[in-house]
Amino acid sequence: MKYAFYPGCSLEVNAAAYDVSVRAVCQALGVELEELDDWNCCGATEYFSQDELTACAVIARNLAITKCDQLTAPCAACFLNLKKVDTLMSEHADMNGKINEALAAGGLSYKPGTVQIRHLLDVIYTDVGEERIRAAVKKPLNGLRVAPYYGCQVVRPFGGFDDPEYPTKMDELFTWIGAEVVDYPVKGHCCGGHMTQISEPEAYELIRRLLHSADEYQADVIACLCPMCQLNLDAYQSGVNGHFGTNYNLPIVYFTQLLGLAFGLAPKQLGFGKELVAAEPVIAAKVGV
Amino acid sequence: MVTAVATSTHSSFLNEVVRETPFGERVRSCIQCGTCGGSCPNGAEMQYTPRGIINLINAGQREKVLSANTMWQCVSCYFCTSRCPHNIPITDVMYTLKRMAIREGYGKDSDAPALAKAFTYYVDKYGRSFEMGLATRYHLLNRPIAAMKMGPMGLSMFKRGRMALTPSKIRNIGQLQAIINKARELGGAR
Repeated sequence: MKYAFYPGCSLEVNAAAYDVSVRAVCQALGVELEELDDWNCCGATEYFSQDELTACAVIARNLAITKCDQLTAPCAACFLNLKKVDTLMSEHADMNGKINEALAAGGLSYKPGTVQIRHLLDVIYTDVGEERIRAAVKKPLNGLRVAPYYGCQVVRPFGGFDDPEYPTKMDELFTWIGAEVVDYPVKGHCCGGHMTQISEPEAYELIRRLLHSADEYQADVIACLCPMCQLNLDAYQSGVNGHFGTNYNLPIVYFTQLLGLAFGLAPKQLGFGKELVAAEPVIAAKVGV
Repeated sequence: MVTAVATSTHSSFLNEVVRETPFGERVRSCIQCGTCGGSCPNGAEMQYTPRGIINLINAGQREKVLSANTMWQCVSCYFCTSRCPHNIPITDVMYTLKRMAIREGYGKDSDAPALAKAFTYYVDKYGRSFEMGLATRYHLLNRPIAAMKMGPMGLSMFKRGRMALTPSKIRNIGQLQAIINKARELGGAR
């Protein structure tokens, strides 16, 4: 199984824990990732607020330089943007024409539908599948209560592999590795996105709702699949506590970090220790690593 | 409560929004069911919910729409888009309103336009986003007090190797910039 890999800017530094754990877990599962040579930023949500056609062309350059027929992205915003532009080019002839005219200025072209864009959760859940994942488990995460957090942009509106309202694929994945899955009502709700960068009070309220619910259902950790979600819930957790007088202490980890632990990889190989709310104490207490 | 729908479906403002939004013509088919507003996680912070703003667009209320805080409170969660029974690309309509508002000098009460500008500046320059650059170019310049409060958190991130001091840059930046320049020319920066 070979995929072009689009890590996205966050994985270079801020979400380095996601990057190392994605690569380690894919290697353990025999998923070959070939990093897209000289990929550029997807523009996140910001470029669309400035200039739509340019935002699309910037994203499309990545599709145009992809040589594999499948491209996987671990970041929710990158995944959404890549898929959004591919879909738009397929369905909107005028935009397709203009985007290709812009690409041509860089000596490139892209025919929509050529590259299949997949979120990494979909690749691991669907292509690797239950049997091989169960077979890879060396250290089941028995007793660890995991709240899977999907957020928005993987499941809405382009996801296609899971329910946009009440996703379950990550839940299933965690049962395969022996964890206790926390079924809580806000797993597909919003972390506030870029609102932490613009106006903290609004962001804090959105983050508080998630922490409150996961805490109420006695989660030990929240597992996410997006660097922005991880950043908001982890780095701004103390801000939320200060703002509301709460004392949440919920570690926020990437789903690949938990898979790696279950496959017997050492926490340091998986980027543990980079989160601001330390995950290792509860992992050590519950899983014994 | 805003009422006035079918009377002005030919308003020039509505036509502008439709023109700037792929599949924007679906805005004309809004039935004001309110699913979008009820689904919005940040609706309580908005002067007009997405339903209300679409009603105002259909009524040609340009000034009210562009000076509203609605689009700046949108967090791009796509609940509205995903649930709309008429498949109106509501999140994309919000992006259109952001662009129009920025172009015409609205949105002065929000830091969102400055963030968008700083973010795209780095993408255009390096081909990658640059968080440390945003911390200085955007946070310190636009919101120094909030930035100071975030100092300790930034330091914790830095200590854990989650902040880089220098940007990463793509090799074929010239190619990306040629694409960007052409797209700007074709789109008239819209």
